[in-house]
Amino acid sequence: MKLTFENRDYLLNPGETVLDCLLRHEQAISHSCQAGACQSCMLRLVEGEVSDEAQIGLKDTLKVRGCFLSCQCVPEGEMKLVRADGDDLCIEAAIQEKGYLNHNTMILRLKSSAAIEECKPGQYFTLITPDNVDRCYSIANDPSVDGFVEFHVRLIPNGAMCEWLKNTAQVGMSVKLRGPAGECFYVGDQDKSYPLVLAGTGTGLAPLYGIVRDALQQGHVGPMILYHGALVEKDLYLVAELNALAGQYKNFSYRPCVLRGEAGQFYTAGHIEDVVLQELPEDKAATRLYLCGAMEFVASLRKKAFLHGLSSRLICSDSFT
Amino acid sequence: MSSLYEQLGGRDAVNAAVDIFYRKMLVDSRVSGFFDNTDMDRQIDKQKAFLTMAFGGPNNYSGLDMAAAHKPLVDRGLNDMHVDVVVEHLASTLRELGVGEEQIAEVARIANSVRDQVLNRAA
Ligand code: HEM
Repeated sequence: MKLTFENRDYLLNPGETVLDCLLRHEQAISHSCQAGACQSCMLRLVEGEVSDEAQIGLKDTLKVRGCFLSCQCVPEGEMKLVRADGDDLCIEAAIQEKGYLNHNTMILRLKSSAAIEECKPGQYFTLITPDNVDRCYSIANDPSVDGFVEFHVRLIPNGAMCEWLKNTAQVGMSVKLRGPAGECFYVGDQDKSYPLVLAGTGTGLAPLYGIVRDALQQGHVGPMILYHGALVEKDLYLVAELNALAGQYKNFSYRPCVLRGEAGQFYTAGHIEDVVLQELPEDKAATRLYLCGAMEFVASLRKKAFLHGLSSRLICSDSFT
Repeated sequence: MSSLYEQLGGRDAVNAAVDIFYRKMLVDSRVSGFFDNTDMDRQIDKQKAFLTMAFGGPNNYSGLDMAAAHKPLVDRGLNDMHVDVVVEHLASTLRELGVGEEQIAEVARIANSVRDQVLNRAA
């Protein structure tokens, strides 16, 4: 039987695990415990089937992407595999719209039929310009519903991508997308009643906005609360849209937090981390938490939420470097 | 007779124990400094490997692997006291999960059996 890994074929010995086969062929696959515990040998299935046994202990968001533990997998049929964090193929896309969400955030909408089929709201693509500048951006919408992919871009003075988007990019221009990747997306195939908490700073709102609308679209019934952290009030964006969504859906609330804010406003003045931790849902063990934004924010809140009793397997995060 | 690992509940037991155990490590200032790596997912996976081993489960770690995995920690001062703390939290985690004292002693014995390798002392 054969195994296709990164587009090359390898012959399996009878009873051999995927990991052993690839190591025998001198492929550099990281691995450690070889007992399905440490998860260092994780690969991703592109075609074929993988037994439940090889996915035990993995997060749901990894399972649905086809990730599995290669040390626990003895193939029963042909499999096509890639590295779990491997780059997928590049996809062509065209700029459909560009505009501003606030004083320092751009919105970019791209048309691409290939990208639309592949991705889930909340995952990210690497955007590649014609002069090969590349940056990662999260998917802020449900492309399969809207027919385009939406990114939110924080404008950084003199950033190569920002300069290109501001000065050169025009509607109709072609760009490339690599991906999608990331494990921040809504999972609701088994249960739609668990509490959902989403917290992001800056354009960390983008994936969360995508996830919220995806969850609502899929009929999530559990309570959902979205926190958006900003330094000053004018850094918030999509305020009207999110308030409208909260008006429309009883189980969804929107909580903007402004660090240097004043009391008595439509937002909460204070640190987003403190606000989130104070208001964690009662049923901590069932709560799913999504965190997106600056690295220090994500790492810190992740650890504190875990220490408050959230399950490590139900915390999903993406941080910007 | 079934193995200790099977008696404890195998991988489900590891998954049930890992959050409880790791929380204890993170809030205990005697050992939390060794876990300041910000990649929590990776740390959790490593702790699962640790628990699987301590529960007498399948693993392919050699003494050399154990020494290598903990070498950077020994360089930062890892000593017998820290191993004692780990064994203590391991026991209290299992107690919380309703495991009997006899099996807890067995788990502690397995953890202690690699003490010299973990601390990079030639046994
Ligand atoms: C009591 C005996 C111990 C056993 C059987 C044990 C076992 C293990 C195992 C199996 C791993 C995973 C290795 C890998 O796959 O890379 C590991 C990693 C680790 N252990 Fe231990 N351990 C012990 C004691 C300790 C102590 C006392 C500390 C610190 C207080 C500690 C801290 C760590 C850390 C931080 C890692 C992760 C290292 C990394 O990030 O690569 N261990 N241990």
